[in-house]
Amino acid sequence: MQRKIRVIVSKPGLDGHDRGAKVVARALRDAGMEVIYTGLHQTAEMIVEAAIQEDVDVIGLSLLSGAHMTLFIDVTRLLKEKGMDDVLVVGGGIIPEEDIPKLKKAGVAGIFGPGTHCDDIVKFIKKKVKR
Amino acid sequence: MNDIAANVLKGDPRSIARFITLAENCDPVATQAMKKIHPHTGSAHVIGITGVMGSGKSTLIYELTREYRKKGLKVGIVAIDPTSPFSGGALLGDRIRMMELATDDGVFIRSMGTRGMLGGLTSAVYDVVEILDASGKDIILVETVGVGQAEVDVIKLADTTLVVLVPGLGDAIQTLKAGVMEIADIYVVNKADRSGLEQTIAEIESLIDITCDGKDRKIPVLSTVAKKSKGIVELLQEIDNHKDYLKKTKVFDTQRRLRYEAELVEIIRKRLMNFIFDESTFKGKVETLIGKISKKEIDPYSAADEILGKILK
Repeated sequence: MQRKIRVIVSKPGLDGHDRGAKVVARALRDAGMEVIYTGLHQTAEMIVEAAIQEDVDVIGLSLLSGAHMTLFIDVTRLLKEKGMDDVLVVGGGIIPEEDIPKLKKAGVAGIFGPGTHCDDIVKFIKKKVKR
Repeated sequence: MNDIAANVLKGDPRSIARFITLAENCDPVATQAMKKIHPHTGSAHVIGITGVMGSGKSTLIYELTREYRKKGLKVGIVAIDPTSPFSGGALLGDRIRMMELATDDGVFIRSMGTRGMLGGLTSAVYDVVEILDASGKDIILVETVGVGQAEVDVIKLADTTLVVLVPGLGDAIQTLKAGVMEIADIYVVNKADRSGLEQTIAEIESLIDITCDGKDRKIPVLSTVAKKSKGIVELLQEIDNHKDYLKKTKVFDTQRRLRYEAELVEIIRKRLMNFIFDESTFKGKVETLIGKISKKEIDPYSAADEILGKILK
């Protein structure tokens, strides 16, 4: 039987704008992935624990509040601590250009801002996930 | 990977998670590990939660879990949502209502897609229940997909089956007489603060009066407001009562036999299907026969005979 890519789509922090996350979640589903949608207001700990239990290949984070430098990096740091840095982390939302290199250095593999085509996210994930 | 079974027996969450993935993908590693853990299973109480879409099954599971955790019991949760028949993907959203439990190490939650199975469950669910059981969970809660009328497979899997309804279904309950409305060990009318509660309870009670006539156990009907944690302690008590009843009457043994029968049938079905539809065996033959059926060169029964004839030789 063919293996399905499993993805968590989550909104860390206090931002309540989840339309983008939902659109991406649907697009990934339509690309044949199993998408675990956690909803709003998650802590990095909750996201990483869920990622362990759900044995996901990918964590997708969406944030529009400006707290990505703290919260995205909390997630990648926790993953490293738990020896789970084989999980692909991608992010989206309102992320200023100058933050992208820092996020990538911290382990966020891809950043997808407004205007991104869902197909590009799907392609990126399919290319990067190999288990 | 060799000691995945040993690590699951120790309760290690990452091993449990990886084992479930392997089982879902029919990986041979999982098959070997399943053989190792089976002797260590059977002690967990399996509770099936089924009911119509939007009846509050996930929230009810969250509340039940919190109550079981107060008693110090370890809980495993399997939450099943439909897989898209078109893309093969799935949007699994039951966790939204349960995220508060994410960081409790006495709780393990796994979301699963149906992956083509009808009946409200998913093919690997029997494996997953055994894995969680072997990992030391005392209670395993299995949430089916939101059901219509005929998704009743959960009764074979669960020791106790809860059917969750909401007020206002009214006459609909009468039309549900067969199927889902036959499988409850306990009825739960959730969202009981909505109007129409009395009528819904009356409809269910009248159904029970007919089905339980002459039986030694009358099916209880409870009302809950899961969002406000109302009626949860009472529901837990009824689940305990049902557990005692199972043990006292030996219905428990019948119930477990039913589960193992369903599990065995599922393993055989899966293996047989994988064998027939594999590239190296009959996949090509099957495709050819489907073409012939559509051109009326052969009928479906004779086509089935051709395939089965080759296997049974």
